This record gives sequence, structure tokens and C-alpha cells, in this order.
Amino acid sequence: MRITQGCFSFLPDLTDEQISAQVQYCLTKGWAVNIEFTDDPHPRNNLWEMWGLPMFDLRDAAGVMMELNECRKVYGDWYIRMSAFDSTHGWESLRISFIVNRPKEEPGFRLERNEVNGRNMRFTTKSYAVDRPGGARYGGK
Amino acid sequence: MNSPAGPVAEAADTGETPVERIDLRREFNDVGIGEVLDQLDRELIGLKPVKTRIREIASLLLIERIRKRMNLTSGVPTLHMSFTGNPGTGKTTVALRIAAILHKLGFVRRGQVISVTRDELVGQYIGHTAPKTKEILKKAMGGVLFIDEAYYLYRPDNERDYGQEAIEILLQVMESQREDLVVILAGYGDRMDKFYASNPGFRSRIAHHIEFPDYSDDELLAIAELMLRDMAYKFSPDARAAFVRYITLRKTQPLFSNARSIRNALDRMRLRQANRLVADLDRVLSADDIMSLEASDVLASRVFSAALPMATQ
Repeated sequence: MRITQGCFSFLPDLTDEQISAQVQYCLTKGWAVNIEFTDDPHPRNNLWEMWGLPMFDLRDAAGVMMELNECRKVYGDWYIRMSAFDSTHGWESLRISFIVNRPKEEPGFRLERNEVNGRNMRFTTKSYAVDRPGGARYGGK
Repeated sequence: MNSPAGPVAEAADTGETPVERIDLRREFNDVGIGEVLDQLDRELIGLKPVKTRIREIASLLLIERIRKRMNLTSGVPTLHMSFTGNPGTGKTTVALRIAAILHKLGFVRRGQVISVTRDELVGQYIGHTAPKTKEILKKAMGGVLFIDEAYYLYRPDNERDYGQEAIEILLQVMESQREDLVVILAGYGDRMDKFYASNPGFRSRIAHHIEFPDYSDDELLAIAELMLRDMAYKFSPDARAAFVRYITLRKTQPLFSNARSIRNALDRMRLRQANRLVADLDRVLSADDIMSLEASDVLASRVFSAALPMATQ
């Protein structure tokens, strides 16, 4: 099941050229671009690991793409996303976030039912991927 | 759109028919490098070989650009440069101009100049250097990375020096991302030669080695007058004559750094002039008084007094 979160996730995967154009848009706006990665695809998992520091003061997307390619070398079969932080007063938060890399196989989620208080039901979604321990969830990694 | 990545990518992607004929003059004017080159001629005194070399590079790049539009394939030209010359010969200033030319011709996308020295590239402990160097490289992407006094990167006396790590990262990026970044190394002639001798990789990756000659006495005087004009000062005829003598004397003394020494000398003369004017509070000053430096302002310099003992040594 294809994970959809952040911008552009209902579109076909972005090509490197398209990613680079989006990053350039963020940089021209003066936002700091971050690279994050994770192997826990749950939609409520908003704490992804950061690849290096946020990249402030960059002028050209080539610098970010260089880091992305480094990150892909290590976590090529994980989810990698980019986000851009706007530091201007009043915003001071993320302005955009989009997935730039995903595992070849995404096993998807199952629905778990939990009976509580007599006949009441609680539902929860769980990713098949997290059945395996962190670091061994996708492909080689 | 005038996206700088344009000419290359577009021609390749859209498969548009290659241009057959090109009006060279129009192309030259469109790009607007003529004005940068003229500015270079106007504002930089002397440096004949440097200017010729820059004109050559600019012409080559212009032709290269046209060739691309005519679909005459040629790889991205290597643009990394090395500036060697004594202190104060205008290496940094020329680097800024080069960045402007490259930007106008679309060989760098953004045209910013990031000027760094060893401190900003080399870390202080194991594992510190690579991120630091990469950080700078990322900032310089799309522009020009100017490494001043580049020979400090390599310290032959300490084999565990982290400079070597920075050099390796630089070399790798200079090779693999030639279209994203132009690196200019600058430094004093003899030490740069030693640096290249011990790092042959650098020498071969740099296409343009430009030597900055020392200024002659006349050129230094012209530079002084240009600087004064920019600051709205001028020499009185006597002061001018004294300054000519100052230049000849100063050149014989140690730590002479061309235009930079001249700038410092002028700053000190302005101090003395201000002091002289303030000493006589009852005077009514004209604009001319305030603008002109007198011979006494020049002659009070230590250079004249120091010249005597040196001559007797």
C-alpha cells in the first residue's frame, strides 16, 4: 500500500529534477530545507530521524541534492522526506513537506480490533512493517 | 524564464531544432558581459595579463554558449581557477568580477561568491572536517567558492592534519559537480607552487592558472588617486610629489602589500589631515581644504623616518 503523506504524495513519485525544482522554490523563499528518514510508516509517526542539520543559507538546490544522494546511499530502502522550515517571525514552522524516497515494497497496514468494556470495540491501525525490529523492516536495511 | 540552467537543459530536453546562424554582436550584448569587462578595465588599474586572460575566458565561454545552442556538443568546460600573486594585487576583487561574468554567461546558476579560508573548511577533531567542508560546499553550490590562502589547507609537517581530508572532499566535488560549482584557489605565488607540487590532483583539475603581477610605481599612484576620488579626497600637487616618494620608499620596506598598503597609507593620511585641521579651530574651512591632503600629511609618515636608518644599515 502506497503511503500518502505530505505534498505531492498522490502524484507519481517525483523525479530528481522535479525534487530539485521544488527544493529550489523553497530556497528562493528563504526556507531551510531538512532531510528526514524513517522506517516506521505510521501516519501518526511525526518524529522522523534527521539527516544532518537543517540546511540554512543555501542558494542552490544542488547542495541539497548532494545530501539527499548521500542519504539515499545509506537509507535507500527507507522513507525519506524533505521539509522546509520558514524562520520568519510569525511562521517559525514548516511550510512544506514531501516524500522523496520510499521502500520498493510497502506492505501496508492492518486493522486491529480490541474488545473493551463488554461489547465496545476499539480500532487501531498497525503497519505490517513494524512487526520486524527497527532497522530490519525493509529490504536490505 | 531566464533560468540559468536553461540553455543546456532546454536544448537537450525539447529537442528543438538547433540554431543555424547567430549574430555574435547581439549575443554579446544580450549577455551583458561587455559591461562587466569594461568595468574591470575601468576600475582595476594595471593587471594587464590578468585582464587579457579574463577576456580570453569570457570569449571562450561566450563561444561555448553559442556552440551549445547550435547543438555542437561539448562537455561543461572546466572553470576552476587559481590566482597567484603577492598580497594586495587584487585577487579577491577579480574573483568577484569573474563570478559576475560566469553568472551572466549562465555557467554558474546563482553567482554568489563564498569566500573562505582554512578555518572554515578544516575541523578541529576527527569527524569534524567532512561536515564542515560539505557545509561550505553546499552554500557555494550554484556560485563560486573562493579559497583564500589555499596553501594552508596542506600542512606537510603534520601528517595527521585534517586539511588533507578537506582537500579530498574538495577534489571530489570539483570533479563530480563541475556544473554546479566553480572553485577559485588564491594565494601567494611561491607557496601555491609548493602546494600544487604536493597535491598534483589540484593542479590538473584547475584549468586556468592566473598570475597577478606586482604593481609598478605609476600604477600604485593611479590606484591611490582612484581610491582618493572614491572617498572624495584629493592630493595637493606637493602631496602628490611626496606620495610618489612615499611609494618608492615603502616598496623597499618589509611587508609591502601593494594596493592594500596604499589603502592603509591613505587611511593614516586622512587621520593626520583631520588632526591638522582640528588643531586650528579658529579657521574657516572651505570644501577644498577639507578635501585636500597636504604634503605635510604625507611626509609625517614613519616610512620617511624609517628610511634613514635602513639606508645606513
